[in-house]
Amino acid sequence: MNPIVSAASVVASGLSVGLAAIGPGIGQGTAAAQAVEGIARQPEAEGRIRGTLLLSLAFMESLTIYGLVVSLALLFANPFTS
Amino acid sequence: MMSMAAVEVGKHLYWEIAGLKLHGQVFIVSWLVIAALLAFATIGTQNLKQAPQGLQNFMEYVYEFLQDIAKNQIGEEEYRAWVPYVSTVFLFIFASNWAGALIPWKLIELPEGELAAPTNDINVTVALALLTSISYFYAGISKKGIGYFARYVQPTPILLPINILEDFTKPLSLSFRLFGNILADELVVSVFALLVPILIPLPVMTLGLFASSVQALIFSTLSAAYIGEALEDHH
Repeated sequence: MNPIVSAASVVASGLSVGLAAIGPGIGQGTAAAQAVEGIARQPEAEGRIRGTLLLSLAFMESLTIYGLVVSLALLFANPFTS
Repeated sequence: MMSMAAVEVGKHLYWEIAGLKLHGQVFIVSWLVIAALLAFATIGTQNLKQAPQGLQNFMEYVYEFLQDIAKNQIGEEEYRAWVPYVSTVFLFIFASNWAGALIPWKLIELPEGELAAPTNDINVTVALALLTSISYFYAGISKKGIGYFARYVQPTPILLPINILEDFTKPLSLSFRLFGNILADELVVSVFALLVPILIPLPVMTLGLFASSVQALIFSTLSAAYIGEALEDHH
């Protein structure tokens, strides 16, 4: 196994999760802030707002998960080390 | 203790059947999940009463919840035919995620690999996502015939490549989302258990239970939304 390839794969797998977490992190923060504002404005709509918020948070989270899948592939099923 | 908390990814219990290599641990757990769901459904529908109580009451609550998923996404007129598909997908994913998280599979020794949630194998999630693809193509073509393909050039023919690409990205994102979430949960729990075996992984496990039920909800909601989109009338 080429050590350069291994080292590059490990660095890349770390970076792929880290970089993929930036955007969704910002997005989730914005969404949660808006939801809190919505609940403060209309406390009677709390249930529906919470449901929609959870669903959309999970969508944003899946973007990070794509990065995680790439990093898992690099760590456990690396195609370049054969 | 260390062997109870080892991180294993990409190791499978292989069954050789007719020259094919099957991942045995996935089959064992999914058969158990299917058996449990069937048992619940049979016991819950025996001895039906006009005023539901006990298990029948619970099953009716679950049924209404699942019906609402389909109704909200597909619409009042056509949702009925798709309630079985959407609920099957939801119940199977939900039950397998929770089975993977709640049952102490590590106590059962396998020659290779380990028993876990079936949904942490990418083959399972890809199969489920392709079922959704087939379903929405079937829904659209059976309703509009060949006119279904008119939606590829709407609103303008310039979007044709993107519309075609969408048919590939839908199953891709569905399957990766479910697979990644479940595998990530299990990895986080096993890494925590590797570091501190007692008490500390518990909150993460609870979060995992919550996240995996949300993933089941998302998968079925998105399936219903894709089917609803295919059934929608463009004017």
